[in-house]
Amino acid sequence: MSEENKIEFPGEVHPTDGGGILVTKLDDVINWARANSLWPLVFGTSCCAIEMMSAADAKYDWSRFGFEVARATPRQADLIIVAGTIVIKMAPVLKRLYDQMPEPKYVIAMGACTISGGPFFYNTYSVVKGVDHVIPVDVYIPGCPPRPEALLHAMITLQEKIKTEHTSFSKGVPSEKNQKLLKDE
Amino acid sequence: MNKEELKIAITEILPEITFDETGEFLNVFVPATSLLPFMNSIRSNNNFEMDYLFCLTCIDWKDHFMMVYHLHSKKHRHEFVVKAKLENRENPEIESLSGIWKTADFHEREVFDLFGINFLHHPDLRRIFMDDNWKGFPLRKDYMDENMIEI
Repeated sequence: MSEENKIEFPGEVHPTDGGGILVTKLDDVINWARANSLWPLVFGTSCCAIEMMSAADAKYDWSRFGFEVARATPRQADLIIVAGTIVIKMAPVLKRLYDQMPEPKYVIAMGACTISGGPFFYNTYSVVKGVDHVIPVDVYIPGCPPRPEALLHAMITLQEKIKTEHTSFSKGVPSEKNQKLLKDE
Repeated sequence: MNKEELKIAITEILPEITFDETGEFLNVFVPATSLLPFMNSIRSNNNFEMDYLFCLTCIDWKDHFMMVYHLHSKKHRHEFVVKAKLENRENPEIESLSGIWKTADFHEREVFDLFGINFLHHPDLRRIFMDDNWKGFPLRKDYMDENMIEI
């Protein structure tokens, strides 16, 4: 981890009488908040989901990094960890879940099946050959299944990615107003 | 009944039956045309009382299909496998057993979905796993579609 990432809060606090003055950038402070409270969607389709659950439990404890509030509804989730094989029948369901999540939203592709179809790449009639055919992916984790440490590493990588983002534009399709702004630029 | 006793008793019901004992179970080969009356008699016959159909599937042997039925009797605690060969690969068909064992209903829908076996007199023969608009039967050995990559 670089020296920059060790900074607890992005900004300077100048103590004054009766409180203090905070000097920071809006992008930095919004990204700091977003990166440290990513709420994953409860979503798992096969054995990778077991490792994901293990990463949530007391031994690996992803709540140390702000992931503890796993939501059972996509409307309250920021992050979807695609843990397991996605079959052709599941693909529209996954797309719909992703579409229902509010911006900004992030995707971690966990394991060989989600990256490429993995062991089901050849001679299969049912498996989607990579979840990025269905939804855009931010972080890929190889492994079959990856260990919980690998998942934690991917989540921290995602946090570092979020900290470099510009908050003024949404990550997905820009809104009409933002599209105009992008053209003007 | 043990395997030997079963063989004798089954031969009494249908003399043209052949056996294979190489596997875990006693395999009973029944001609496809006499499957339904044979199954009816082993279900109702007090010496057999095969009241539990615990597996129903199909095998594609490339030149023919083989229907496989695993049967168990909860009363007598004996079990054996009934197999029926389907020679016609273009239009494979066999009588449905859903009237004898209710569980055969969904299992036969699965076999129809993946192998394309036509079960005669089935109450509701349509796809169960695959999309309703799916073309072909994916577990047939000669199945291929545009998304598949062969190794």
